[in-house]
Amino acid sequence: MNYFYFPLEQWTNTFVNEWFLPTFSSAFESISVVLNSFVDFVTNTLLFIPAELFTLILVLIAWRLGGKGLAFFTLIGMLYLGSVDIWEESMNTLSIVIVSTFVSLVIGIPVGIFSAMNNKIQAVVRPTLDFMQTLPSFVYLIPAVLLFGLGGVSAVIATFIFAAPPAVRMTNLGIRHVPKEVIEASKAFGSTSKQLLFKVQLPLAVPSIMAGVNQTIMLSLSMAVIASMIGAPGLGATVLTSISRVNIGLGLVGGLGIVVLAIILDRITQGIGQNTK
Amino acid sequence: MSKISVSQITKVFGQNPKQGLERLNQGYSKDEILADTGNTVGVNQASFNVEEGEIFVIMGLSGSGKSTLIRLVNRLIEPTSGQVYIDDEEITNMNKEDLIEARRQKLGMVFQNFGLFPHRTVIGNVAYGLEIQGVEKEEQIEKAKQSIVDVGLNGYENSYPSELSGGMQQRVGLARALANDTDILLMDEAFSALDPLIRKDMQDELLRLQKRLGKTVLFITHDLDEALKLGDRIAIMKDGQIVQVGSSEEILENPANDYVSNFVKDVDRSKVLDASQVMRRPEVLTTYKNGPRTAVRKMEEFGASSIFVVDRDERFQGLLTIDDAIRSHKEDIPMEDVLKQDIHKTTPDTPLNDLIGIAVETKYPIVVLDEDNKLLGIISRVSILSGLVLGKEHDEEVTEA
Repeated sequence: MNYFYFPLEQWTNTFVNEWFLPTFSSAFESISVVLNSFVDFVTNTLLFIPAELFTLILVLIAWRLGGKGLAFFTLIGMLYLGSVDIWEESMNTLSIVIVSTFVSLVIGIPVGIFSAMNNKIQAVVRPTLDFMQTLPSFVYLIPAVLLFGLGGVSAVIATFIFAAPPAVRMTNLGIRHVPKEVIEASKAFGSTSKQLLFKVQLPLAVPSIMAGVNQTIMLSLSMAVIASMIGAPGLGATVLTSISRVNIGLGLVGGLGIVVLAIILDRITQGIGQNTK
Repeated sequence: MSKISVSQITKVFGQNPKQGLERLNQGYSKDEILADTGNTVGVNQASFNVEEGEIFVIMGLSGSGKSTLIRLVNRLIEPTSGQVYIDDEEITNMNKEDLIEARRQKLGMVFQNFGLFPHRTVIGNVAYGLEIQGVEKEEQIEKAKQSIVDVGLNGYENSYPSELSGGMQQRVGLARALANDTDILLMDEAFSALDPLIRKDMQDELLRLQKRLGKTVLFITHDLDEALKLGDRIAIMKDGQIVQVGSSEEILENPANDYVSNFVKDVDRSKVLDASQVMRRPEVLTTYKNGPRTAVRKMEEFGASSIFVVDRDERFQGLLTIDDAIRSHKEDIPMEDVLKQDIHKTTPDTPLNDLIGIAVETKYPIVVLDEDNKLLGIISRVSILSGLVLGKEHDEEVTEA
């Protein structure tokens, strides 16, 4: 099939190295600084809180939103993280999850709202999301490292690309699924578009948006191992080490840690979604 | 000045509505335009006026464009051409802000599937219109509570719509429209989703509220019985056009074309016709100048075995049978004392429906009296039956067609 040679590789490299990076490096530098201090702040806060107090708070939240069973599971899970000595790694992973979820939602929910309001925006947004979700994550790890260097910030960016689409999609879907007659009623009584959005569409879309938030968190966690390849600290790094040393035990310890965090975060966010229905 | 005035309003749905509009003006039909341009004509040059305090019903089958038409009035759907005026203010050329203000101040709306906000309580739903206008919280609650009482839902303020039955949900819908205290209520098939008994309740409720509050109501329905019951005037729609506007009697008695006459053919006339429309004037005997002898002679003359008796002011006295007349004459009893009094009496606006049962049981005709007891007419079994079958005499041809 090679009737002609298409030098995509060379062109991309030339484009990125000779124009893109020199032109935008300062912009990326500042993004990097902001995100880095955000990640550091969250990590330091999580590590500053005594493990016992953190456990207590999390158990109470779990109890409130998920019931007794979840509270009990949370307690056991936290005891596990402490007793296999991966507390610090867990907090590192958690802070990357928190920051990348935050970034995903801050960008994703408004994009979801705009694409629900306007079919032209949706026509652009949808293929972009497809692209973000299907492109193998290793491919965008490289530019992330090029632009932001090794470490937590690149991990947040890569995680954002992977985890933001559900937030956009579910927000869009939730707003579009508000019954037509309810929207007509709101308009017929003289709502402005802002009142329609904030008093009717968004409140009714909350269950759907919360399902998106839940998915975003889950995808962030599943990026933890991959992100550790570009130097993100945390449970992913533990797993990565276990692979390079062929240490099955260490792999299980780190892997179970990710599972524990995943279950707790999943059930708590589902609880929030259900409470608002 | 009409409360609502709609002039030549037209809505063409599709990619290129202007093209569809041109063809409409050239006189092409709805089907031809759909075939040629792919445009759907929703409403075709509809014009009508609704007067203050009137219930104006737009009646048509599904697809006739009636729901589009009501949405053109408050511009939930933008018209392709034509004008709508509310209180002589043109709605159709208003900017966004003025339109929102007009919707808030002048136009309440009730929807077929209620359109309630599921995340708000009953009072939250009812207060919505006031809330978005920025009315003080206490005033919102006070007005909302008043409308909730008006529709008979007090005690349910803090329930959610999903906890209520269909009929109660539509009461919330009605209360929400009343709370804004607009002069006009737009009701889009408001009772169509309710089962027949609840629907009847709601119709009565609406008539009562309308009487008390004097709202101007534009009511959409596909149910002719409902239209005839509620409407002071009725517009019949077909294929996006208004084919006839008139009172229920006008429409029943003088259908504008075959479509309308076909439509009203099966109507339950007993609900529409009232006593005054089927009664006939009887031969009467006036007490002050006629004695029993004259009575007997009159009965012979008309071949009847009884006659109705009135006093000099035409007030109903009773029924005189031939036997009693002879007895009065022979035994010299005053005629007043032998009159039969156990005659069923009714008022001219009583629906025929209510008289059928009585007519079956009583052996004498029913008498129709006005508020001063004046004898207006009598209704025999025969006249009830012929009324049901034929309407009034002159639409015989229609019903046979």
